[in-house]
Amino acid sequence: MKQKEKIIGEAYVWLSSLGLSLGILMVLGLLSLIVVRGLEVFWPKPVALLALQDGQEVLGEVVLKQEKRLQDTEEWQMFVGNKEVLGQSFRFVDVHQIQKESYPPEVLNIERREYGDAFGWPVKLVLKDKEYLPSNESFAKQLAQAKKSSLERWEKIEELEKDQIGKLNKKMESLRLEKKQIDPKEITNIKALEEKEALLQKKYETLASQARQLRDLQEEGYLELKNTKGSLQKIKVSQIVDYYYPNQLTTGDRLQRFFYQLGAYLSEDPREANTEGGIFPALFGTAVMTLLMTLIVVPIGVLGAVYLQEYAKPGILVRLVRIAVNNLAGVPSIVFGVFGVGFFVYMIGGTIDELFFSNKLPTPTFGTGGLLWASLTLALLTVPVVIVSTEEALSSVSQGIREGSLALGASKWQTLKRVILPAAAPGILTGTILAMARGAGEVAPLMLVGVVKLAPTLPINGTFPFIHLDQKFMHLGFHIYDLGFQSPDSEAAKPMVFATTLLLILLVLFLNLGAIWLRERLRKKYASARF
Amino acid sequence: MPAPDSKKTTANSSPTLIEIKDFNFYYGEKQALFNINLNIPYQEVTALIGPSGCGKSTLLRSLNRMNELIEGIRREGNILLEGQSIYDPKLEVISLRKRIGMVFQKSNPFPKTIYENVVFGLRIRGQSNKSRLDEVVEKSLKASALWEEVKDRLQDNALGLSGGQMQRLCIARAIATEPEVLLMDEPCSALDPVATAKIEALIHELKKDYTIVIVTHNMQQAGRVSDKTAFFYMGELIEFDETEKLFTNPSKKKTEDYITGRFG
Repeated sequence: MKQKEKIIGEAYVWLSSLGLSLGILMVLGLLSLIVVRGLEVFWPKPVALLALQDGQEVLGEVVLKQEKRLQDTEEWQMFVGNKEVLGQSFRFVDVHQIQKESYPPEVLNIERREYGDAFGWPVKLVLKDKEYLPSNESFAKQLAQAKKSSLERWEKIEELEKDQIGKLNKKMESLRLEKKQIDPKEITNIKALEEKEALLQKKYETLASQARQLRDLQEEGYLELKNTKGSLQKIKVSQIVDYYYPNQLTTGDRLQRFFYQLGAYLSEDPREANTEGGIFPALFGTAVMTLLMTLIVVPIGVLGAVYLQEYAKPGILVRLVRIAVNNLAGVPSIVFGVFGVGFFVYMIGGTIDELFFSNKLPTPTFGTGGLLWASLTLALLTVPVVIVSTEEALSSVSQGIREGSLALGASKWQTLKRVILPAAAPGILTGTILAMARGAGEVAPLMLVGVVKLAPTLPINGTFPFIHLDQKFMHLGFHIYDLGFQSPDSEAAKPMVFATTLLLILLVLFLNLGAIWLRERLRKKYASARF
Repeated sequence: MPAPDSKKTTANSSPTLIEIKDFNFYYGEKQALFNINLNIPYQEVTALIGPSGCGKSTLLRSLNRMNELIEGIRREGNILLEGQSIYDPKLEVISLRKRIGMVFQKSNPFPKTIYENVVFGLRIRGQSNKSRLDEVVEKSLKASALWEEVKDRLQDNALGLSGGQMQRLCIARAIATEPEVLLMDEPCSALDPVATAKIEALIHELKKDYTIVIVTHNMQQAGRVSDKTAFFYMGELIEFDETEKLFTNPSKKKTEDYITGRFG
């Protein structure tokens, strides 16, 4: 009898462990897929030259080898680049068509500002009037030099156009607003303003002409590349972001290149409708938005929970509020987005615009999606998480130490501040971690309240007032959606989707590790609460 | 406050500090204390004994108004501390608790350092003078016979102490604000015999400076530490007398039955 009972219990132990292992397996599977596919993007692959039966040649990276559907044959997906010449940067090749596979060492992989990568055989480099052949000793040196100086020119142009002219534009804008407000009878004032305006206009023209000159310089110099079609392509030196000989790399070189490309991805701005270049603005935007959201949600959530748990008289109303808070956690996030647009953006933002920025209307300042509204919307979305976990943490602080504090003559507020909140702090931080993870991964509401595909400037930058709460920003979650489903070349964007997903997961992990570190420190200090 | 010559009264050989007058106490509909009249003498140890649920803890917690944390309570009668009603609306409960310290059944140190535990009562009164606090810590810990054991680790977390040490820390915390009365709610019930002996010795020392009211289940302990003993049964005060007399020659049958172990 007893024996039988034991066996019955044992089965449940197995069942529960099975459930857990299934869960872990699925999570690990997903994570490893994302890690492998995400990091693969930065690994420089060799470039194969395939000679086909029909005389065609295909030059490119082998991306995928798969069984062809319904046919007993294999096909390779090749990344061939040269979009503007070949029409598509990917093509499929049937294996039985391939006559010869080789890896010519002289093939060059060029990452370009436009049209993506190009593969081919360098023919000659033309700088000013001189020509350099690849066989020439100084070819490599000249190419590197030319690339470097053109990159420097791009930086200079960006500095001129974005920073300096941008600042001038702002000044002119404020002058224009000033002019609008001045009584037209005060002619002297208007004249003074017009003089100022003329001065700015002059400055603008000098800067613009400087930029133009630099741009003209960028037109000079090109590299001639022979492609598989036999034609010669002229690639302007200024178009070259980077280049390397993929079939000459040693493992060490590849590793170096891997980290170099990873670093560029993390630190650069996106190009080519986000499918090329880096994602730094999205990374930055996500981090800033999540931190701002945390700063908003924690005080609100903690204060709400403190009132519910410590001050409110238990009764039907408190129970209703608690149920409502829990239900709030189940509301679809897009609903919060709609609410954010209606309440924060149009109502509050619109009112702020009318009161403080009326001279700029009809151009909205706060009356349109932005960093602040996005953070507030997400704070609203995650506040139930913080309230529930804070309430739990508060209620698990023992009655004994509450009474101990009160018996020493402490008031309720003193007890709360000096004993209960410190003891509950680790639990509150657990809630914060959950809220951050939820907030950082949310996309749908953000699309309505402030996220854009491409933001011209970061939400925190060098122009006054440095933190631009009204500004639209980029977000990794939206970037994933944009890359995967909105980009013109979804095949080219696919690896970037994995890389961006990996980065989003790492960012959430990083933010959480910070909070966990803080929690452990508090736990050591107030070693009572266990979560 | 009665004059010192009130020695003549049968139960009180020393002046009364706390006077409990016709005190009734209700938890909702249920009455927990029935018409209690009891005078707690100055600088002596008064033990409250009786079976579980007899109301002794309720009475103890009425003395510093800790019962008010519970919903739906009601009281009748009065309690006077040095002749002044503790229920006087002019008297702040906070200043009352400053005069009446309390040690609980389960030791309840705050999750802070030993030092911060002892100075808690001073800090909430706005005392932040470092040398004054240091002085109080040393004095209180010495008075609670804990100084020698913890003087080198005052900045360690109090939750790392042993059970007996924690309870003595709670006593140190209670006496740091120099109250007049110390209420102890079964302070040794969770401790082993060695730690219990230490606390009992401490109570002997403390009664020189403090009036102590102790609730205990342990009759031997009541016999060892107290000068006066009050026996409660079903919410009523059955007998109150010199401890020695109550244990050797009780005047009531109920008391005799209880202390001889016939029930309870």
